[in-house]
Amino acid sequence: MKEMIDELKEKLSSKAFAKNLLFTEIKGYNCIEIPPIDLVEVCSCLKNDFGFNLLTDIAGIDRFTKDNRFELMYNLWSIEKKQRIFLRVKLNSNKPEAPTVSSVWQTADWEEREAYDMYGIIFSGHPDLRRIYMRDDFEYFPLRKDYPLMGLPGAVELPKK
Amino acid sequence: MEPSDYLINTEPKSELAKVEQEKILKALETDDIKAYFDDALENQLVLNMGPQHPATHGVMRLLVSLDGETVVKVVPDIGYLHRGYEKLAENMTFHEFIPHTDRLDYLSPPSNNVAYALAVEKLIGIEAPPRAQYIRTICCELSRLASHFVWMGSMAMDVGALTVFLWAFREREKILDILDILTGVRFTTSYTRIGGLALDITDEAINRITAYLGEFDANLIECRNLIERNRIFVNRCDGVGIISKEDAISIGLTGPNLRASGVQRDLRKDEPYLVYKELDFEIPVLTGGDCLARYYVRIREMTESKKIIAQCLDKLPGGPIDLHDTKQVLPRKENVYTKMEELINDFMLINFGNIPPAGTESYFAIESSKGELGFYIISSGTGYPFRLKIRSPSFVNIQALPIMMKGCLISDIVAIIGSVDPVMGEADK
Repeated sequence: MKEMIDELKEKLSSKAFAKNLLFTEIKGYNCIEIPPIDLVEVCSCLKNDFGFNLLTDIAGIDRFTKDNRFELMYNLWSIEKKQRIFLRVKLNSNKPEAPTVSSVWQTADWEEREAYDMYGIIFSGHPDLRRIYMRDDFEYFPLRKDYPLMGLPGAVELPKK
Repeated sequence: MEPSDYLINTEPKSELAKVEQEKILKALETDDIKAYFDDALENQLVLNMGPQHPATHGVMRLLVSLDGETVVKVVPDIGYLHRGYEKLAENMTFHEFIPHTDRLDYLSPPSNNVAYALAVEKLIGIEAPPRAQYIRTICCELSRLASHFVWMGSMAMDVGALTVFLWAFREREKILDILDILTGVRFTTSYTRIGGLALDITDEAINRITAYLGEFDANLIECRNLIERNRIFVNRCDGVGIISKEDAISIGLTGPNLRASGVQRDLRKDEPYLVYKELDFEIPVLTGGDCLARYYVRIREMTESKKIIAQCLDKLPGGPIDLHDTKQVLPRKENVYTKMEELINDFMLINFGNIPPAGTESYFAIESSKGELGFYIISSGTGYPFRLKIRSPSFVNIQALPIMMKGCLISDIVAIIGSVDPVMGEADK
């Protein structure tokens, strides 16, 4: 795990975005913190040059803080090297927006739709950004921390008796 | 409103469409009904399949665009079984969420329990004792067998081989009987506890499993003969729903579906958890990428599962099934009723939960019967998870349906859905 991150650091150091990256760890896995603007470039670099060809998951997170309230966690796997790496992207509180990576991995399509549905994170350039779990006319983002567990009265129109 | 008003705002895109539109306008004026139908075969038909359709294995809806009998485009629509488990998880302790994991992939509850328990244990930084690890491995593989038997029966039924359905369910029923003795519950087991298990394995359970493994091969061959020598089944699956290796990786397939496209990836080998490192088994990989390849991968996996269970029973060590960590692991019930210290610990754990340090994050994934089942948990230093993300394999596998179905016939749709083995409880969370 240590060698892998050293190799990554060395090879990425020549790129333009290298100074914006922050290398951290979460419980046995490496994690890179990336500003949203460099996301697509870093992702295609990791996929093409380092073999991280399987995007397993995108998790939206609502930190409920004043700055950088929203976060995205990308979970990448390399089939040849059998390694996992995480990418963390911190987003703006008022207008969370990230570039789509569906051009790099097709699977990002639905994963990003899920993050949009649950947290209202906009993915610019996404081919089909619709809600995936909730109904289309639902106005709220249910996994945000300010959405109550019991739901809001009138949020879903119920059939009349 | 005149009939022609409807068409005023639609801009014809090509010359052909313009001619077509003028023809329709003229026909509307003269009431010439034939004009609507003369080129019906050149039009595409949009067909709604589901959410209540016997072949969609739950409440999945497909919007299918058809040109004659050929599928042009498919748009899956999910969310009919969305229960908001990620939201619920943020409002309960780690222990309280265990019964909810049963309802994710409802065909193999024990392996969901194990995946969740392992994820929480990794977050807290504890590890269950060896005996518990072995019993958990047995549970995972038993549930893989049960899940694959349901898949085998229902997929064969989808393409018209009705007999094997009952035979496969008979086999699965035997596994549920074993789980009944092993865990105390047939179906929604909630078997694991954080740092251990709810019950120890009994001699009766071991005997039942051994007896079951003894007759397993003969029963599996019985089922296989019914399917593999059925010409209709083979013809309807061979070469249908092909997904290439590149597409399969790009769309994020995991589990048997990925291995049927020629990618060697199994977390049991790649990121060994539990006791898989000490066991001898193989990962079947096929390169066809069609429904038949997905069938054979699962069938071979079942034989490997049987080998794993037999080895686990051989190597099963003695010792406790719970970790001795009074701050994190629930005490045994009989001690709670009779001893003061255990009563206090039980009270604290039930009321305040396991409390990992603030800001801890962890991800843990297992190879479930459908693919990579992972839990990504963030703690904020309270007894509740701050965020719990479920990485469900079925959700991603369903996303691959449009690629597999493009250009196939309408009757192939059911065969493809069956071969992908989606479980909506898991896909919709």
